[in-house]
Amino acid sequence: MNIECTVNGRSVSLAGEPMDRLLDLLRWQLSLTGTKEGCGEGECGACTVLMDGAPVVSCLVPLMQCAGRSIETVEGVAMGPQREFLERFVALGGVQCGACTPGVVVTACALLRSNPKPTREEAARALAGNLCRCTGYEGILRAVCDEEPRP
Amino acid sequence: MTAALSPRSLAEALRWFGDEPSSKLVAGCTDLMVADTLRRSEMPRVIDLLSVPGLADVHDTGAFLEMGATATFAALGQNAVIRQCFPALSDAARAVGGWQIQARATIGGNIANASPAGDSPPVLLALDATVVAASTAGEREIPYDQFHVAYRKTALRPGELVRAVRLPWPVPGSRQAFRKVGTRAAQAISKIAVAMSVRIEAGRIVEARIGAGSVAATPIRLRAAETAAIANAVSEALATAVGKAAASEVRPIDDVRSTAEYRSFALERVARRLVLELGGLS
Repeated sequence: MNIECTVNGRSVSLAGEPMDRLLDLLRWQLSLTGTKEGCGEGECGACTVLMDGAPVVSCLVPLMQCAGRSIETVEGVAMGPQREFLERFVALGGVQCGACTPGVVVTACALLRSNPKPTREEAARALAGNLCRCTGYEGILRAVCDEEPRP
Repeated sequence: MTAALSPRSLAEALRWFGDEPSSKLVAGCTDLMVADTLRRSEMPRVIDLLSVPGLADVHDTGAFLEMGATATFAALGQNAVIRQCFPALSDAARAVGGWQIQARATIGGNIANASPAGDSPPVLLALDATVVAASTAGEREIPYDQFHVAYRKTALRPGELVRAVRLPWPVPGSRQAFRKVGTRAAQAISKIAVAMSVRIEAGRIVEARIGAGSVAATPIRLRAAETAAIANAVSEALATAVGKAAASEVRPIDDVRSTAEYRSFALERVARRLVLELGGLS
């Protein structure tokens, strides 16, 4: 089947089987390889993208449900107004191995759009579906909550 | 090749499903896309319920709160009326997966999928829910405690789908709570989950419903524990008795998430604690 949707603000056409994963279509048809596959079963959040503004795991979204929807990937989110957050994220040690980073950035940007000054608790709750095994979340949460760097 | 159908009305969905009851109904796909990774391309006919207008509506019918089948856990968890009147459901909705899963997973999918480990079933049992099942023959109501008939089997007939779930409004004096035990707070399938609803009059429990998940082949009501609770004054001793009754009436299994022994132990303790909490003793 062929469907039309919007990816990072541009109208695109995607082709495949109805139950093909959005994750694969983004990576292989649109070459948007910023979205990574982690577990492939909705547990880790590495493949998070925004669908009509809400974070979803693209490994669990079938092509047939993307028709007419607006998708934003890490490439689109990174070019948006969250530039300052991304700089903080890097400066405060939000990135270590990088495997979870695109998903964390997408979820964090979704949170910051609706809640520009989240508390630690709100940030931790929003990011509960993004597993990071390196940072202990300290740098990530500091960046999301716009806290001072650790002395 | 898969035929993909996106019905534009409930009537259309029911007609297409009735024509071919072996069709796969999909909504949030949060379980289906995992379970069927290798067989996804072999599904002959898929009907997408997310395309049915109005099927996600949550509204007050007078006697009930009615939640459309495709209402997501994000929508339920953010709903102010649910927060106020059905806090156990609100808590369960916020305990499903993480933000990404809550944004997609639906109440109808959670019960039709019929996993014994789902988070909403114990709550729906404790809150005396009714399933509104629809087919081309019309609608019928199925009391939720009769919905799960065997492991992964529901009372739905061929060509019949979950159209909505209804909850009776809470009566004065009733209290409810939900507790999930898992490896971590988010993104963990439950080791056990328990929901309890009690009505207390003059310090005495006059009505009790307890639902539990991951302790049997289906989500179940803990009838022995309910019987132990009813007509008694809330006390430490009563809470202990309810916990023991709960643990003795289930036959959990060992699996990747937990052991039968731990599940019985945790169920006893959680049931005990919920009696104390709802009874105002902790």
